[in-house]
Amino acid sequence: MIDRQTITEQDIWQALRDVPDPEIPTINLVDLGVILRVELDKAAQHARILLMPTFTGCPAIEFMRDLIRERLAQLGLVTQVDVTREQRWSSDRISEAGRRALAKAGIAPPGPATSSVVIPLLEPALCPHCGSRHTTLDSAFGPTLCRAIAYCRDCKQPFEQFKPL
Amino acid sequence: MRELSENLHTQLVELLLALADDEFVTGYANSEWTGIAPLLEEDIAFSSLAQDELGHARLFYELLSELQIADCRLQIEPEANLQSTIYNLQSPDAIAYGRAPSGFRNARLVERPRGDWAYSVSRQFLYDTADYVRIESLCRSAYAPLADAAASIIREEKYHLLHAQTWLDRLANGGAAARGRQRAAFEVLWPDALGLFEPVLGENALVAAGILPDSFAALQQRWLSSIAEPLRRLELPFPFVSDERGWEALLAPDYGGRRGEHSESFTALYEQITSVYQLDPNATW
Repeated sequence: MIDRQTITEQDIWQALRDVPDPEIPTINLVDLGVILRVELDKAAQHARILLMPTFTGCPAIEFMRDLIRERLAQLGLVTQVDVTREQRWSSDRISEAGRRALAKAGIAPPGPATSSVVIPLLEPALCPHCGSRHTTLDSAFGPTLCRAIAYCRDCKQPFEQFKPL
Repeated sequence: MRELSENLHTQLVELLLALADDEFVTGYANSEWTGIAPLLEEDIAFSSLAQDELGHARLFYELLSELQIADCRLQIEPEANLQSTIYNLQSPDAIAYGRAPSGFRNARLVERPRGDWAYSVSRQFLYDTADYVRIESLCRSAYAPLADAAASIIREEKYHLLHAQTWLDRLANGGAAARGRQRAAFEVLWPDALGLFEPVLGENALVAAGILPDSFAALQQRWLSSIAEPLRRLELPFPFVSDERGWEALLAPDYGGRRGEHSESFTALYEQITSVYQLDPNATW
């Protein structure tokens, strides 16, 4: 248990690493890059978290809000989670650890996001099962808004791919 | 520009309602394929398209809500006898679900019954390509909240374009039945599709203020230029001729949606869309 008087913003960032993405539980919210800022008012034992949505229509945002509140309550904090449009989330914000976590779950990490009209998905993804680049996009839409379905011609397995955004 | 002069409020509401209602009704229509699309991938694709479009609609309704105006077009239907508070009246949900049918500004294209598969994917092609052109333009809007929203939305619309293009090619290169249905779909779709570029009320003032960086007439020209090549190559109906002034339509557009004049098919759709909300408009979800 962290002493309430000495709690720091670093402690909050560390605690947020325990909060899984509701749709892909192998990656946490910090590695997913959706936490923009953490604000701590020690005296009031109050925290404010600024959260960036991934896709505009992402339905997981309310679940994220609840999970964050629950986790920080364990530190004795009352937490306000604000969804912000101050800055746009991009898949480029996913950390290296986050990319490894995605691959481990069988989801190819996203390639670099691009601002051009060219669809970034058309670059073949690395198969998370066998590492082959000999893959093809099957559908731009998958189990959640942020995932597409691809197929590996070498190991003959379908796999999911996180969409560059 | 976050501050708006008072006399541009009305025009901005018209523009935001047109954008929001197109996405809202399209999203709802797309969800009708959930569970019954001809392929599992398409079941998922149309469900995802629905989710994306409803997300975009919500973003536009939030912008409207933030405008904090008590505009008569946003008022709830009198017959519903609702004891709504001012706060509720201005919430995104109340704007989306609490208006009378004549308060909707969506183009007629999106309110038609879904038809067969060829009709749905062809409509989606025309809608998504048109939406892309207008969202791309709005990224340069002088009204910062709208420019920000457009910049978020356009990244997702790229995936819609990919889907639309795939099905355009797939049906056009398919058997006689697929080609015939696709051709028939485009024949009936064109007047409705032109309705997407029906000017909103007060368009000139919005263009002058830079809130709307391009007029709807200019956007329509840009849109036709972007889709002329694939449609002509695939020998699909493309009822336009071009000269030095641009594309000239060989048929009349079906206008009315941007003024709240809807087709008969909207009545049933409206009942469905708002039925749950109308049971208890003050319910907390």
